[in-house]
Amino acid sequence: MDIPKDRFYTKTHEWALPEGDTVLVGITDYAQDALGDVVYVELPEVGRKVEKGEAVAVVESVKTASDIYAPVAGEVVEVNLALEKTPELINQDPYGEGWIFRLRPLDLGDLDDLLDAEGYQEALESEA
Amino acid sequence: MDYTPHTEAEIQEMLRRVGAESLEDLFRHLPAEILNPPIDLPEPLPEWAVLEALRRLAAQNLPAPKAFLGGGVRSHHVPPVVQALASRGEFLTAYTPYQPEVSQGVLQATFEYQTMIAELTGLEVANASMYDGATALAEGVLLALRETGRMVVWVSQGVHPEYRAVLKAYLEAVGAELRVLPLEGGRTPSLPVPEAVGAVVGQNPNYLGALEDLAPLAEAAHRAGALFVAVADPLSLGVLKPPGAYGADIAVGDGQSLGLPMGYGGPHFGYLATKKAFVRQLPGRLVSETVDAEGKRGFILTLQAREQYIRRAKAKSNITTNAQLTALMGAMYLAALGPEGLREVALRGVALAHRLHDLLLEVPGVEPFTPKPFFHEFALRLPKAPEAVRAALAARGLHAATPVPREYGENLALFAATELHQEEDLLALRKALEEVLA
Repeated sequence: MDIPKDRFYTKTHEWALPEGDTVLVGITDYAQDALGDVVYVELPEVGRKVEKGEAVAVVESVKTASDIYAPVAGEVVEVNLALEKTPELINQDPYGEGWIFRLRPLDLGDLDDLLDAEGYQEALESEA
Repeated sequence: MDYTPHTEAEIQEMLRRVGAESLEDLFRHLPAEILNPPIDLPEPLPEWAVLEALRRLAAQNLPAPKAFLGGGVRSHHVPPVVQALASRGEFLTAYTPYQPEVSQGVLQATFEYQTMIAELTGLEVANASMYDGATALAEGVLLALRETGRMVVWVSQGVHPEYRAVLKAYLEAVGAELRVLPLEGGRTPSLPVPEAVGAVVGQNPNYLGALEDLAPLAEAAHRAGALFVAVADPLSLGVLKPPGAYGADIAVGDGQSLGLPMGYGGPHFGYLATKKAFVRQLPGRLVSETVDAEGKRGFILTLQAREQYIRRAKAKSNITTNAQLTALMGAMYLAALGPEGLREVALRGVALAHRLHDLLLEVPGVEPFTPKPFFHEFALRLPKAPEAVRAALAARGLHAATPVPREYGENLALFAATELHQEEDLLALRKALEEVLA
């Protein structure tokens, strides 16, 4: 299970990668594997203001539909339009091409409340 | 029968576990009048006598050609092949087969139903049916509101008043606003639609039977960024322009006219068709064609993830099941008739309805109300209260003159004719109406 060390994680299997004053958000390798083939992604509207933990997007696989939660509070500034045509990018490259949306956090410091790679690994192990 | 729910031994075992000595003992805490209520039944009869009594009772029903009741439900000829096929064990089940493991045969039949509805309506995709026309309308409008993100609905007064009542109940529940567009001269006027409106609804043929050109209303809806929902009798689509051709984004209606008996108002099925772009907002079940791992053609339930057993409170609709058997009867009817047959049935009804209209206008005091051309139904203004006229006609063995709600005008009644009626039936109704109004 691939867990890159350059980013933060939530217990609900989102990752958050800081880039300047924004963070890129996607779902983890573990999450995409558990979901199975992703067939549709419902993206949020750009400009939407979200609370930490608010359902922002929906990732739909053949067998289920899962809400994707905002790892921190902020504003949606960009969405990955490529997912509309090729949702399978989430399966193929969950940490790269398969990113879902970009947030501008109210406070970048909120990222410190998230898990690091090691913490996420531990969370997965305790869940298993 | 290979499954017997409780053997005597199992019953004894269950009683022992709960500490009861017998079934009587188990239910002892219930009051006697609930446990064994007195049932006042006549003396037992032999089987032949029961059948004879039921036959006598059934004979009191009037045959369908004597029914001229309009109002959305009409008597039509049902080809015997429909009843014969629908009664087969493969189709006839108390259980609505909605799980993915349902047989390929049922999935294929459902897929064919969807395909026929899509072709009739001129839209790209139809779901595997709703309960009836009214719920299909409500679900179609909710789809439009989800798609547009708006909460205001404009509905023509030409839409069946009962459908509008169901729609109102659904919209109240989600907090949406409903405005009725009054008919002018029996048809829907086209007005500029404000930007807040998410769905505009019209019906063709409308509740009064009149044919309407809904294209201007659809255009007005689109200019405002709203979706246009068309209510249409599917039988009428054998001869009329399909809703998709005059700008409907969503088409809905009741399937009774496609080979279902009147059955005192049910069971029916509702159809719902829309554009492929809105497929993720479509409520209920959808069967798709695909190929399996070996490349063989197969059928499968798709888009399950929007349904309530997966998405719970966020499901697109709480309609989780559908009217499987009656929808398949609609498909069987369409397959039995073919496009030419459907056209013939529709045109014969139109000719007879216009003939009946002319005949009834010969009766003194009767005035026209529905503008021509109309489909299988029309409204007339009667010189007496329609409720009394209907009762007096029924006493003469004819079911006719459905009272029209006062919102449309005073003393209005609907009459209908279909392919089942003969000239002598029409003449009999004129004579009876003359007597009743004399």
